[in-house]
Amino acid sequence: MANDVKPRVKVPKSAKAGEAVVLKTLISHPMESGQRKNSKGEVIPRSIINRFTCDFNGKNVIDVAMDPAISTNPYFEFEAMVNEAGEFKFTWYDDDGSVYEDSKSIEIA
Amino acid sequence: MKQRTIKTALAATAVLGLAFAGMASAEPVDDTLVIDGVEIVTKAAGAAHLDGALPEAMSGWHFRDTETRAMQADDFDNPGMIYVDRGLDLWNAVDGTEGKSCASCHEGPEAMAGLRAVTPRVDEKTGKVMNIESYVNDCRTTRMGAEAWGDKAVELTDMLALISFQSRGELMNVAIDGAAAPFYEKGKEIYYTRFGQLELSCASCHEDNYGNYIRSDHLSQGQTNGFPVYRLKDAKLTTPQGRFVGCVRDTRAETFKIGSDEFNALELYVASRGNGLAVEGVSVRN
Repeated sequence: MANDVKPRVKVPKSAKAGEAVVLKTLISHPMESGQRKNSKGEVIPRSIINRFTCDFNGKNVIDVAMDPAISTNPYFEFEAMVNEAGEFKFTWYDDDGSVYEDSKSIEIA
Repeated sequence: MKQRTIKTALAATAVLGLAFAGMASAEPVDDTLVIDGVEIVTKAAGAAHLDGALPEAMSGWHFRDTETRAMQADDFDNPGMIYVDRGLDLWNAVDGTEGKSCASCHEGPEAMAGLRAVTPRVDEKTGKVMNIESYVNDCRTTRMGAEAWGDKAVELTDMLALISFQSRGELMNVAIDGAAAPFYEKGKEIYYTRFGQLELSCASCHEDNYGNYIRSDHLSQGQTNGFPVYRLKDAKLTTPQGRFVGCVRDTRAETFKIGSDEFNALELYVASRGNGLAVEGVSVRN
């Protein structure tokens, strides 16, 4: 597992029904591309997060396939329509099989 | 002959016009930095001890693009905040033979509030110039029984980020009198000395030409109040002295070493040029 992987998300605490809210996510990860070499000339193995998903009350909001050109500490900002109170669940999938999760609930104001 | 004069005059006008347009767009941006509803002081009257060399001290934030400035105005968007979090983990991590962490003695990192605004400073006991990095390593070696972190160790910049963040918004007030006076003079001498094959001093760019472009780079005043900075081109944090190395290298000179007497004095002097500007915690630059 890559070191110091820490997911963070920013979700408004409440929204009006039918409102599109802005979600921000950031995960600290080196995103080693597999293209670089170390000081001995050996290839540093690829180690990236290859998929990111966000679900709201079990329903998928976004599903992103990620490739090696994505830079370190990937940041995503997107909108989601909120019709009911519930929970956003965020999941990141690492090349090494690790899965990082975070969740945030939102209320209807 | 007359025709030639007109041509020259026209050419001169064209050049003048271009230069004027260039200068207009190169002015530092007039904007206000507000983070979480708190305004951060990014402009201040030039420090009196500079004798008018800087009419107004301006944070490097004013010299960066709209997107970069916006990134710093939101702690979630500021990639440097990741390192503050990592610094907090290190703060609580036990290391060394004494079985202590930073928290064992200092409790929360809030205990460090204000330190960033007054460093570098001269330590009363040893008479040496100390910045936060040297304080951290001194604590590690003398109290924790741990090894000092290297000049470029990520742990050291993480800790610097955490400690600097505690002083966000406080105004830089680095002492230049008393015990600091000889270091101030030494730093000032280095600041105005031309180095390298390009024969550039710090002042050549950051005093005489701030606001102008050097190739595609918008020259700032080289203030250190925003440090450590998250540099987008490096995707990591940079310390003031790490930045000095880059600057001196770019003059095509052999650089002083991080932590050397020369750079310690220079850091103290440069910090004093920004007295009155607020500590930004962790800033974002290009």
